[in-house]
Amino acid sequence: MTAAPAPAAEGAAPTLAPEAVPFLPRGVRLHFDTVRGAWVLLAPERALRLDTVGHAILSRIDGERSLGAIARDLAATFNAPFDQILADSAGYLSALLDRRVLELRP
Amino acid sequence: MTLHDPAAHRPATPMPAPPIAMLAELTHRCPLSCPYCSNPMELTRKEAELDTETWLATFRQAAALGVLQLHLSGGEPASRPDLVALVAGAREAGLYTNLITSGIGLTDRRLRELDAAGLDHVQLSLQGTDAAMADAIGGYRGGFDRKIKVLGWIAEIGFPLTLNFVMHRRNLRQLPRALEMAIEYGARRIEVATVQFHGWAMANRASLMPTREQAREAGRIVAEARAALRGRLVIDYVPADYHARYPKPCMGGWGSTGLNVAPDGLVLPCHAAQTIPSLEFQSVRHAPLAEIWTEGPAFRAFRGTEWMKEPCSSCERKLVDFGGCRCQAMAIAGDPAAADPVCEKAPAHARLRDLTEDFTSDPDAPLVYRAFPAPARAG
Repeated sequence: MTAAPAPAAEGAAPTLAPEAVPFLPRGVRLHFDTVRGAWVLLAPERALRLDTVGHAILSRIDGERSLGAIARDLAATFNAPFDQILADSAGYLSALLDRRVLELRP
Repeated sequence: MTLHDPAAHRPATPMPAPPIAMLAELTHRCPLSCPYCSNPMELTRKEAELDTETWLATFRQAAALGVLQLHLSGGEPASRPDLVALVAGAREAGLYTNLITSGIGLTDRRLRELDAAGLDHVQLSLQGTDAAMADAIGGYRGGFDRKIKVLGWIAEIGFPLTLNFVMHRRNLRQLPRALEMAIEYGARRIEVATVQFHGWAMANRASLMPTREQAREAGRIVAEARAALRGRLVIDYVPADYHARYPKPCMGGWGSTGLNVAPDGLVLPCHAAQTIPSLEFQSVRHAPLAEIWTEGPAFRAFRGTEWMKEPCSSCERKLVDFGGCRCQAMAIAGDPAAADPVCEKAPAHARLRDLTEDFTSDPDAPLVYRAFPAPARAG
């Protein structure tokens, strides 16, 4: 199992607009691993262990809310600055887009 | 042992972390007869295969042990009439289900049943990118055309798809087209795997070993495609290891992340482990999977770093590649605890270099196809 994704190694990840609506495509799902007591993202030939932040972001993805709406929710829940949360979430999700375990609504 | 022996209060080995993935080799039966098949030369017959109930019990044990991903493989897993029931049972146990198939034996109707059973992902093998190559390598006429049909059904249903392209000297020039096909059929991933020399491929090293130039060219094509297709196609690449400086980190460390169950229920640390004669395997028919994983002699044999010899034991890479592949050490150096001869520090490395030269010198070397029972080997 690999750890939560680091930003892609080569080049800058494409920036993700706040209006973008992310969704987990078929074959990618959140799963609570009862043996290890942790959330994981199960995907084709991959199991990504999620930390608290990763799970907080991914569990808010429903294919309807935009990245901006998710970041506002996170900022309110964790009492953290919106801009910082938005930038961090965009970076996190960009790495998942690169790995083809996340998609954006057209 | 005295009362003051500190070892008396320590378990012999620390409890291993649970496995993440299990490869279930449901059957060795397969309509194809690829000359690089990773199944052992001694194929298991249908009568010796585990029945549905035993597989399902094994899946439940695997999930309880910590396995997250179940790879349903073979042979050709579609040769099992109970494939749909096996997928349904695996999903019920909470496992992520991945079908590793040639596509032969799958129909539109069967794929829809697998969809309803909850199959998560399909990995489809390509033996070549046209019928002439694919059918010659797979030894099955019409196989390629059938595969194209299956790819259409997979796309229609919407299964996430990975293509698996095993490359070797004969088909390596088709790599660019394989990458195009992955895009055309909507695959999210492609595994570009240079043939690994285990199982039947060992008997075909002289006909399949890529040349050094080919290995270099493949690396270049993959690097360029990764940059050009970023975010569209994930490319997992297994380079030609006979041409490498350091060995592959086989299984991510022996007995650390994954296990295989053979068609007859024997639990193996890797698919080629039966080529190591000193190992003793246990079956899911006779012991709980958790006990086999934790205490089984085959898993303990090369788990961790205690078993290592020089140059591995003092090597700064020992936790990077774990001494490489135990089966390759057995095959080339004759010692499963030796450094993988691919490693440039290994005593047997010079021998591997010589073998590599020999195996790439005859452009007309014939193919030995997989068969029941194994054909008598010349020499």
